[in-house]
Amino acid sequence: MAATVKKLDSPEMNIGERLFLFEIIKGMLTTNRHFWRNWFRRKDTVTLEYPEVKRPYPARWRGLHRLMKREDGSVRCVACMMCSTNCPANCITIVAGEHPDPKIEKYPVSFDIDLLKCIYCGYCEEACPCDAIRLDSGTHTAPDYTRRSLIAHKDEMLARGGPSIAKQGGRSL
Amino acid sequence: MLYVVLWAFVKAAVLMLGVVLPAAAVLSWVERKMSAVIQDRIGPNRANIGPITAWGLFHPIADGIKMLFKEDFVPKSADRLLFTLAPMISFTPPLLVFAAIPFGPPIGGETWLSVSDTQMGVLFILAIGSMGIYGHTLAGWSSGNKFSLLGGLRTSAQLFSYEVALTFSLLGVFMVYGTIAPVRMVELQSHMWGGWFPNWGVFTQPLAFILFLAASIAETKRAPFDLPEADSEIIAGYSTEYSSMRFAMFFLSEFTAIVVVAAFGAILFLGGWHVPFLKSDAWWAYALQVAAFLGKVGFLVYVQMLLRWTVPRMRYDQVMHLGWKILLPFGLTNLVVTAIVVAWVR
Repeated sequence: MAATVKKLDSPEMNIGERLFLFEIIKGMLTTNRHFWRNWFRRKDTVTLEYPEVKRPYPARWRGLHRLMKREDGSVRCVACMMCSTNCPANCITIVAGEHPDPKIEKYPVSFDIDLLKCIYCGYCEEACPCDAIRLDSGTHTAPDYTRRSLIAHKDEMLARGGPSIAKQGGRSL
Repeated sequence: MLYVVLWAFVKAAVLMLGVVLPAAAVLSWVERKMSAVIQDRIGPNRANIGPITAWGLFHPIADGIKMLFKEDFVPKSADRLLFTLAPMISFTPPLLVFAAIPFGPPIGGETWLSVSDTQMGVLFILAIGSMGIYGHTLAGWSSGNKFSLLGGLRTSAQLFSYEVALTFSLLGVFMVYGTIAPVRMVELQSHMWGGWFPNWGVFTQPLAFILFLAASIAETKRAPFDLPEADSEIIAGYSTEYSSMRFAMFFLSEFTAIVVVAAFGAILFLGGWHVPFLKSDAWWAYALQVAAFLGKVGFLVYVQMLLRWTVPRMRYDQVMHLGWKILLPFGLTNLVVTAIVVAWVR
């Protein structure tokens, strides 16, 4: 099949445009206008000066992880390993322990997330049946000097957490 | 004789260290700030001494300190001698040119405000001003990098095509004034037509002024003629392999060249230190005239910056086309017309 070639004529320039001189002066007047408008009043300036002024994140933005709490303040997580199994980056390490309350089978003795491995995909919160882990803290990972300090532990994630009104284990019987 | 030499040396030192180098440093801030403000950004404003930020004016100092402490790297394949020499060669000529530029009127017949009141002034400026190209070409050649070599070649090719147009644009001006001594040129521009209209070069030679601006911006190697360091095509051209203070010297030579072009243009076309309707021999009149000269230089620097942040870079063949086929014929036409008019008027 022969390719169809469509020829487009670029618009003809008149003598004033072909000289370029006046067009360049017009362009310089535009930049000049922007300069003086922004120099004194910052009329068109859109820059936010970051550390002082922060643009609010959208509601569904995924940031640092947090662990939610039960009504009594203990961790909601039941160490079912759903999140660590589902995690594509393999960054969640949970050590499970037996819970003293016979109604609750297990609880996480330790719950570590390697923030350098995490890709903030949100699959862990999708997988969680207990609404125990969320990425809605609205803050990002702060840079640090050592790899060790960039592993988030249970208590710091719990400190970011809050009460959840979801039913433990999803749908109740 | 020794007195004359020493005196010129002192004046040169004051001029270089007191005016030109600080101006070049501040221009690096001006460039960043102006480009930011033009593009609706804020620009550098963070460098501070304690709580004082002064609109980011400390950035040149911070940059200078940073440059001094960077690693001074020489590539293995580079020609060590030429590589070291190149930044110096490119940095010296723009500074030398200032020797022939008068910053103010002669006071009591003595030229206090220029390093040397030579009769060959403009020729000197043209001759020395284009020497800096050796530095850039050598830098491109000695880096042992193909991008650098391309940048160096572009520099020299660009010089060839623009130096001719630049000179032809100025020949008309020489004819009108009948002299090439900067001080004398400014004195001739200080007359008023009909007692109210300044007899500046822009008004007697408007075409030459435009040609001069175009050609001299091409010589300072800035957009729209920044082909030698076209970042998107050849990384950074001749300065690709340079780091630390050697890179800073290329940088400073570029900014010094901007000031040179502005000062040169102010003398040739904007009446130098001439302030219309100023007839006084008081000290404040002289101060005002020096301020007027610096103001005109500032205006031309502003125009160059504005142009640099307005117009995109031209393609290489377009630059050659503009130099040889447009600026040169216009310059020649201007020369012929000026010659006829000058012969007819005299």
